[in-house]
Amino acid sequence: MTTLPQVTDVLVIGAGPAGLGAATALAKSARVLVVDREPNAGGIPRHCGHYPFGLREFRRLMKGPDYARALVARAVEAGVQIATRVNVVRLEPGPRVTVTSDAGVTTIDAKIVLIATGVRESSRAQRLIGGERPGGIIPTGALQSMVYLEDRRPFRRPVILGTELVSFSAIMTCRHAGIKPVAMIEQNAQPTARWPAALYPQIKGIPLHLSTTIRAIEGRERVERVVVDSPAGTRVIESDGVIVTGMFRPEAALFDGSHLEKDKATGGPVIDAFGRCSDPAYFAAGNLLRPVETAGWSWAEGVAVARSITATLAGSLRQDPQHSVTLKGDALSWVVPQRIGRVGETAHRRFQLRVNRPVKGRLSVRAAGVEYTSIRIDSRPERRITVPLPPHAAPVEIVLEET
Amino acid sequence: MSHDVSALPGRFDVAVIGAGVVGCALARRFALAGARVAVIEKAVDILDGASKGNSAILHTGFDAPVGSLEQSCVEAGYAEYLEIHGKLGLPLIKSGALVVAWSEEEEALLPTLMEQAHQNGVADVEALDETAMRRAEPSLGKGARAAFRVPREHLIDPWSAPYAYLLQAIENGAEVLRGAEVTAGRRSDNGWVLETSRGTVDAGLVINAAGLWGDLLDEKLIGRRDFHIKPRKGQFVVYDKPAAKLASHILLPVPNKITKGVVVCRTAFGNLLVGPTAEDQDDREHAVLVTETLEALKKRGEEILPALKDQQVTAIYAGLRPATEFKDYRITAHDRTYITVGGIRSTGLSAALGIAQHVLKLAELNLAAPADPVWPTVPNISEFFSRDWQTEGHGGIVCHCELATKREIQKALDGPLPTKSLAGLKRRTRVTMGRCQGFFCSAEIARLTEGHFDRPMAEKAQ
Repeated sequence: MTTLPQVTDVLVIGAGPAGLGAATALAKSARVLVVDREPNAGGIPRHCGHYPFGLREFRRLMKGPDYARALVARAVEAGVQIATRVNVVRLEPGPRVTVTSDAGVTTIDAKIVLIATGVRESSRAQRLIGGERPGGIIPTGALQSMVYLEDRRPFRRPVILGTELVSFSAIMTCRHAGIKPVAMIEQNAQPTARWPAALYPQIKGIPLHLSTTIRAIEGRERVERVVVDSPAGTRVIESDGVIVTGMFRPEAALFDGSHLEKDKATGGPVIDAFGRCSDPAYFAAGNLLRPVETAGWSWAEGVAVARSITATLAGSLRQDPQHSVTLKGDALSWVVPQRIGRVGETAHRRFQLRVNRPVKGRLSVRAAGVEYTSIRIDSRPERRITVPLPPHAAPVEIVLEET
Repeated sequence: MSHDVSALPGRFDVAVIGAGVVGCALARRFALAGARVAVIEKAVDILDGASKGNSAILHTGFDAPVGSLEQSCVEAGYAEYLEIHGKLGLPLIKSGALVVAWSEEEEALLPTLMEQAHQNGVADVEALDETAMRRAEPSLGKGARAAFRVPREHLIDPWSAPYAYLLQAIENGAEVLRGAEVTAGRRSDNGWVLETSRGTVDAGLVINAAGLWGDLLDEKLIGRRDFHIKPRKGQFVVYDKPAAKLASHILLPVPNKITKGVVVCRTAFGNLLVGPTAEDQDDREHAVLVTETLEALKKRGEEILPALKDQQVTAIYAGLRPATEFKDYRITAHDRTYITVGGIRSTGLSAALGIAQHVLKLAELNLAAPADPVWPTVPNISEFFSRDWQTEGHGGIVCHCELATKREIQKALDGPLPTKSLAGLKRRTRVTMGRCQGFFCSAEIARLTEGHFDRPMAEKAQ
């Protein structure tokens, strides 16, 4: 590999849609280095061997791997330098970033650092699922890398836990590899994701168990069966694997032990509407900000935050007084951005929110105590909700009144 | 394979049955004493039974029953670990421990426990009133009333230590037969012919270090058992690395008669663990995690360290301790050719080296120790000392959460004791043990380990 530069204008951490989107936009006016810890750039779409990707970015319908390659090609063409198999181990003021690669431990000094390290799914351990710990209990991400990157099949008849969009992505991955899921399990009374009609043929034949939880996974070496609790009682599903899908968490471990502020609610960094972290030389974009959005959305965020970075490099975007953004209503789980300063040419034009349970009601948004907009919502966890930023800089309250 | 075919050629002075931490320490001690040693393990890799799930503490034995064999083995094992860990490349994290009282009754017991520590030769225990205790551990929950400090309780790496013991045994002539279950044995003129699922092994002295299966092995080989294993399950919750800053000491509860209780401590890998439970069961093989119990452990953890409620769980696991109906270890030389090392319940990691010294004395072998024994070093995988990723040429990081490198993985798959399972690879390198639990690295590990494991992680698609 070529030697890593020690100095650059913009260092982007993470070569997924958000990082590459930003890097490509920035390359016209700055030296841009993208580092990624994986062997290949492209991020999660590299192993999503299905549609739909690319409509926003390339105006055509693509599968994940093609989309990832196209993003990389476009970035390289724009003059972005991409270094893979480089792990960031430390973020410091400066900004200075410490990395390790086959060349050992080195540092990179940049004028601006953009962190776009994405998300991962919650593990079986995080969900405290009981039973034994045999092989064959994996997240969708691991299944997809095995199937699409390594041409491997970790099991033949798994149980799928979860009904988020990624859970259907898991089904499609299984179909592609000749794996036949034996059940889909959802703890809530309704599936989490809206089911696109096009997915029905895919799901057909896989029994969906609602209001059901896994009591125990059994098997010493490999999964042999899954014991579930459902309204109909406890039952045993014979299977040889479990795909633990969704419940995404920002991949924000780098923030722990750094000087940058983290938001307990999203699990990602605290940012303002320009995409700046608590140290304004650090920016963040993409699914690192929150669980979880589409690749296209993350890409667009990267491109938008690139505008803030360009303005910062040009000296036209300065720090301004930051106001808080407060959620009122226990069904509201998080909001991004978490701080609001100057309004106008911001990277984020709307607040993004999620709820933690199915809710109906009125969502009102107040700036300095005065309501400037409201919407009616009928939503479920993991579904996108957005409301506009305030018309002027002020503390914001987002209030949910359930009906 | 026929049982009459020799699995390891020649005659051994000693056959150690079981490659848990005790078996590994025994193999090392006898090999260093000059014995020709065979280690027989029924699992595909070492540390597959009780030794795979413990709390990774090097105990002083301050709270052991006074005058017990356990106490003397822990004391001797502790001393030897301190003496040899540097030469073997093993970590020692000098955390110290606090025994914390959470009720008036527990507080009243502290002086007695300190007196017991004195009787056990741990004279440097130190009483802390509430102010001093909170100064030492500012994150402790409201209910904590008082404590005493045991300065020399330390954290160690529970997997590298036994691996290093066995590696040193191998480097000094021991042979290891894995995936071999002892099915029968017959006495020969001068010892034993053991029949295993992989062939026979001839040995002068047989040492039963079969842990959870020790009583059954005794029955199989010598036709009787002097104790009954009553497996005691311990479930653990492991928190992600940021939680480790919440406690500097090992936080021990005031023990009751059944168990040492729920411990909260950092690990050598930079995490924080809460556990174990103590649940008696008959099953020797299956350590089943129970959601409700794990939730209760989390809740207890959050009483001890309230800030834990904002921390993420990284892993959950359960281990089985080979408890018996007796309080003390059951170590018996039945005759000159057969020794049982049984009932090594929760202190095996601390006591193993001491147990090995004790058993060597019991064995009364006439041996000539090698003048210049080999001291191999094992790679450091603890978080507190220099790791492989800090040195160039590591081939890239494969497991991002634990920063395990390609070079580390290749090393574990190679050498005199190559790992044969994913579980074994985890214990050598920490791969997939971090917060993502394999989300990012499983596929690459499946490729890198192709042809190395008895059971591949994922079959190659046709």
